[in-house]
Amino acid sequence: MRSRIREFDSSTLNESVQNTIMRDLKAVGKKFMHVLYPRKSNTLLRDWDLWGPLILCVTLALMLQRGSVDSEKDGGPQFAEVFVIVWFGAVTITLNSKLLGGNISFFQSLCVLGYCILPLTVAMLVCRLVLLAEPGPINFMVRLFVVIVMFAWSIIASTAFLADSQPPNRKALAVYPVFLFYFVISWMILTFTP
Amino acid sequence: MAAADELAFHEFEEATNLLAETPEAATTSRSEQLTPQGHVAVAVGSGDSYGAEDEVEESDKTALLQEEKQQPGFWTFGYYQSFFDVDTWQVLDRIRGSLLPRPGHNFVRHRLRNRPDLYGPFWICATLAFVLAITGNLTLLLAQRRDPSIHYSPQFHKVTVAGVTIYCYAWLVPLALWGFLRWRQGVRERLGPYTFLETVCVYGYSLFVFIPTVVLWLIPVPWLQWLFGVLALALSAAGLVFTLWPVVREDTRLAAAVLLSVVVLLHALLALGCKFYFFQPLPPAHVAPPPRATALPPSILLPPTSPWSVATPDGQSLQAQHERTLLPALPTLRP
Repeated sequence: MRSRIREFDSSTLNESVQNTIMRDLKAVGKKFMHVLYPRKSNTLLRDWDLWGPLILCVTLALMLQRGSVDSEKDGGPQFAEVFVIVWFGAVTITLNSKLLGGNISFFQSLCVLGYCILPLTVAMLVCRLVLLAEPGPINFMVRLFVVIVMFAWSIIASTAFLADSQPPNRKALAVYPVFLFYFVISWMILTFTP
Repeated sequence: MAAADELAFHEFEEATNLLAETPEAATTSRSEQLTPQGHVAVAVGSGDSYGAEDEVEESDKTALLQEEKQQPGFWTFGYYQSFFDVDTWQVLDRIRGSLLPRPGHNFVRHRLRNRPDLYGPFWICATLAFVLAITGNLTLLLAQRRDPSIHYSPQFHKVTVAGVTIYCYAWLVPLALWGFLRWRQGVRERLGPYTFLETVCVYGYSLFVFIPTVVLWLIPVPWLQWLFGVLALALSAAGLVFTLWPVVREDTRLAAAVLLSVVVLLHALLALGCKFYFFQPLPPAHVAPPPRATALPPSILLPPTSPWSVATPDGQSLQAQHERTLLPALPTLRP
């Protein structure tokens, strides 16, 4: 095992940039698949990375930008606000679960929470496409349904990964902030008006 | 037999009363960590005779406890972990205790058992801030349904305002209260009040009743909203007053009355401020929606029914319709 790791280390220095990028992209893609079909597996926890969460957060924040040029004071969330909510929300939830006695590492938890935003990013994409059609109650019901389904998917995915690391009599205390976090993100997606 | 009586199982009430009278005897739990701050007891007048009998046992017990107690420094993670040493059922129990305040029951003694936690106050404040912003936005949506000239926007900056307000209230007011009680303690030279964390805990849990109230404020019936608001304020303020009463009643009448009324007033101001800032009153039902251009003959000039919000797509389209109806009207106005 040790020699294998050493060989791995020395060989990545000489490989082409394309190889490096493709390897990282494949790792990120594999984790996306794990989020979309959540099973009780350790892949997200074992080899954590923060590329996926960064890509998802930036995509979500960009899509939540309104097209209008005029700066309304009471508009939707700014790019920085979305970024802050996602990252500081994830950090707060991680700190909370560690303070409650969970045995998950800081970055593993950030990784899981960030990757589980994927269903909500897909919901945002679908909402933006649906909003291209004419507005009306059907439009709103479709968006509401999509956001609710993706919100449930996010919660189930993150709970599948995070729940085991908590002491058994505090699971609800650790899961509730995750619920609040994804609820706020879903609210931002649902109230998006172009 | 007297021995059998002593060995008999004491009722829950007796245990809590015992704890209320001798708060030095901290309850131990599964974890080894005790409350990190050395809290001082509240002197209860009636408990003096009882306390004298137990004094010998008390000193033994406290000596033993102090040997066991290893207080981690505030720079270690373990120090902060001791504030989150609660189970799910404990948090739920504390929330229930804050929802149903009873006159004899002191929240700090009976529910917290002198083991305050930070989980409850922090997440209750976070939930309240988000629920305020979200339901406030929902009332704007409902208002727009009734009067389409109101422009709906997500109003995201209100989340920031709500968060800052709630957190400042739930942390700065207990700080001021704790400081004031400590100062009065210094003046009176009596055993002092609650620790800072216990005060924060009381305030945090007392804010819980506002969460369902804020959701119920979505119902657009004004007298019902006021009823819910008054009910929530009464429950919340009652919890605070019953908790503060044992500490404050030894002080002068004037100081006690002023303190309690300031506490209740601040709570009322918070509730009122939230109601007026975050919630949009529903426009009256008889406001007519602006008519469409195609439905009217071109010679009629349309008066504006409500102020336009110009910078929106809705406003622009209505203004465009307005212009379209004006232009055909011009030829008919010429004599």
